[in-house]
Amino acid sequence: MKAFLHSRLVWPVGFLILLIIINSVARPEFVKVTMRDGELYGALITILRQSAPLMLVALGMTIVIATRGIDLSVGAIMAVSGAVALTIIAESDSPGAVSTVLIAVIVAILVSMVLGAWNGLLVSVFGIQPIIATLVLMLAGRGAALLITKGEITTVNSDPLAFIASGYLSVLPFAFFISVAAIVAIALVERRTALGMLTESVGINPEASRLAGVRSRGIIWGAYIASGAFAGIAGIIYASNIKAADANAAGEFIELYAILAVVLGGTSLMGGKFSIAGTVIGVFIIKTLESTILFLGIPSAQKPTFFGAVVMVVVIIQSPRMRAWMRKGKDGVLNTLIRRSAASKQAEEVAS
Amino acid sequence: MSAETATQHPVEMRGITIRFPGVLALDQVDFTLRAGEVHSLMGENGAGKSTLIKALTGVYSIDSGTIAIDGVPRQFDGAAEAQDAGIATVYQEVNLCTNLTVGENVMLGQEVRKGGRIDWKATHAEAARHLASLGLQIDPRSPLERHSIAIQQLVAISRAMVGEARVLILDEPTSSLDRDEVIRLFDVIRDLRARGVAILFVSHFLEQVYEISDRITVLRNGQLVGEYAIDELPREALVTAMIGRELDDLTAIASTAHRAIDRSSTPVLRVSDVGKRNVLEPASLEVYPGEVVGIAGLLGSGRTEFVRLMYGADRAESGAFEVNGAAARIHSPRHAIDNKISFSSEDRRAEGIIADLTVAENIMLGIQARQGWRRVRASERDAVVAEFIEALGVRPANPSLIAGNLSGGNQQKVLLARWLAMAPKLIFLDEPTRGIDVGAKADIQKKVAELSEKGLSVVFISSELEEVLRIAQRIAVMRDRHKIGEVQSAETDYDTLIDYIAKGGEGSAA
Repeated sequence: MKAFLHSRLVWPVGFLILLIIINSVARPEFVKVTMRDGELYGALITILRQSAPLMLVALGMTIVIATRGIDLSVGAIMAVSGAVALTIIAESDSPGAVSTVLIAVIVAILVSMVLGAWNGLLVSVFGIQPIIATLVLMLAGRGAALLITKGEITTVNSDPLAFIASGYLSVLPFAFFISVAAIVAIALVERRTALGMLTESVGINPEASRLAGVRSRGIIWGAYIASGAFAGIAGIIYASNIKAADANAAGEFIELYAILAVVLGGTSLMGGKFSIAGTVIGVFIIKTLESTILFLGIPSAQKPTFFGAVVMVVVIIQSPRMRAWMRKGKDGVLNTLIRRSAASKQAEEVAS
Repeated sequence: MSAETATQHPVEMRGITIRFPGVLALDQVDFTLRAGEVHSLMGENGAGKSTLIKALTGVYSIDSGTIAIDGVPRQFDGAAEAQDAGIATVYQEVNLCTNLTVGENVMLGQEVRKGGRIDWKATHAEAARHLASLGLQIDPRSPLERHSIAIQQLVAISRAMVGEARVLILDEPTSSLDRDEVIRLFDVIRDLRARGVAILFVSHFLEQVYEISDRITVLRNGQLVGEYAIDELPREALVTAMIGRELDDLTAIASTAHRAIDRSSTPVLRVSDVGKRNVLEPASLEVYPGEVVGIAGLLGSGRTEFVRLMYGADRAESGAFEVNGAAARIHSPRHAIDNKISFSSEDRRAEGIIADLTVAENIMLGIQARQGWRRVRASERDAVVAEFIEALGVRPANPSLIAGNLSGGNQQKVLLARWLAMAPKLIFLDEPTRGIDVGAKADIQKKVAELSEKGLSVVFISSELEEVLRIAQRIAVMRDRHKIGEVQSAETDYDTLIDYIAKGGEGSAA
């Protein structure tokens, strides 16, 4: 408990709990979960289901950001992935067959990985700044997706496809299991192997890592490929949800929300130390907030404004300056304050 | 309290105590800085020098004691307040904006304004005046990054003097300067002293301390050892005062180090005509098992460049590599590591330590990188980390501390641990003892001598020639990006070596 209070996750977790409390007081049905035909329904379940695309994209973004990078192309990769998958399904003889959907999904993910590899090539081999390197695909990707769908919104009628976003596995939505699988997979790969530490090392000090023999090029490249793959899966979930490939709307602004989720979760945009748990919390904050906005009946045109305002408050509260002020202001917690400043003093002392 | 009426020194600190959890960082320390003196603050890392400076400049608040500025009790809340009161600090790492012009840096925050807008012409003229008063004839409109670190250091001092500082704190200002640059800096310091500025000087270079100081205050473990006039305190006494014991006789290292090396065997590394355009003229070197080869030369002579090419940190454009007699390809650090060669960079911060990772992670980084994804087993990791923390005397001996929070000397030991843990056959050490305290320096020199006796080959670069002479058997001399020759340390001494470096090998025996 004490360790948790000192961890960087205090604020995000606290804010998420606060959001849930506010919602459940304002509308008791928010926390109500009902069982229908052996499947759970309710606002919380909807959040779990709808958060899958952002969750996937944000997880990939976390790893890219840890390497000091950023991936602006994730939304465009979602569009390409959806376009590829649905074009394959639409042009097949049996769009309703599981095998067709499976092939479509695999091809779409592979294409997404190739796009991620392209980003990684520009960043790690050519040394182009990540924001510029991924901007290329962010702009070009949607164009490519439109070429694949021939400028139309490809719609298909395929039950296996629809299942991905709307189906249930046992009592919970299938999409939620995709999220969980992604979280577990990335946590295992990063934290059970040394990859996470090496990634942080590259993000904190690329040159020192290179001299220590770390394959930084491979690690950075891998991060963009992973980000591409996750965006590809997210694109399929999105397309499955609307049963169509909409190259313009798929993953629109999702790169920004993903970056926001990563930052809300306490991972610095400067790279280095990253928190997968933090990103997961960040995604749930964003999705709960969206649900709140919907409930409050805020006109959809004003949604971004409200969103921006709330996020601004959260980010300001998390800022170092604000924390210092809050510590100064409260006499009641003066003792903790003294102890804490003494602790940081000691840290500085050891450093000097 | 007669002090209030009798003397009013620029800085008088009495009974300063600062407590950190479990540690008494400063214990009843007195410190007086007089107008028109250069006063060196000496002590090992962790003795409390930085804490005392930070107490003075208001970065830390003191738990007890008094600080009087010109006889008036003051306590600053932050460095900005101290600066307003005429106390300026110039740190080891130059805190300037290299992408701005010299003039903009000097006048930053104090630009001449006219009608709410900055009058750049007047600002630059004013900057030029301040620079000239320190004897700096440089164009204030030139970008700062175009100047050497030494000039940048002087620009930082000019900037401090714009605020009419009467107290100037120089924290390790000379650590990245070469001899000529130090002379220039010292001229400026002497000039400021003559103008009545009180100067607090911190340096690890004893020679420089003796060259410039009027007075020395020694701290040890947060306590005041004493204040001495410079001629009252011979060097040996100073070192003893700082470390609290007699320094292990370093000449003992020399006697063991200057042993005969069997050069008929196959060299661990042989490079022939390794070079790179505008970086290093083709140079050759052989390193034999168990040998310590020193590389001597002035800053910018190509010492670091040579070693970087041999390690593959930079890619050589010409030349051949031979490891243990077999031709090898060393184009990248990984190639070098595969050939059991390690390299510890001179730039600890930018090219060595991973500041946000723990001591254990830093030590294991090399081994882990060689092993790839597969995590080193926890038991093995703990054993290696404990072994090297112990062997090198890393303090605090806590593997889960964040490495960036350790002192410079201990970070250096952590880096040494990283490289030694990889069990290299040859290690390049570029300035491994720069900017660290006397005790840690001796530890590292002893470790190098000890390891080489066990068969490790070492290439050792240091700006301190005594150090090179002490631990190397053979010294390669560099000048102007050329390797100009080699000398046997047993057959040469400090003056001969200096002479050789200066004259570029002409006339002197090679």
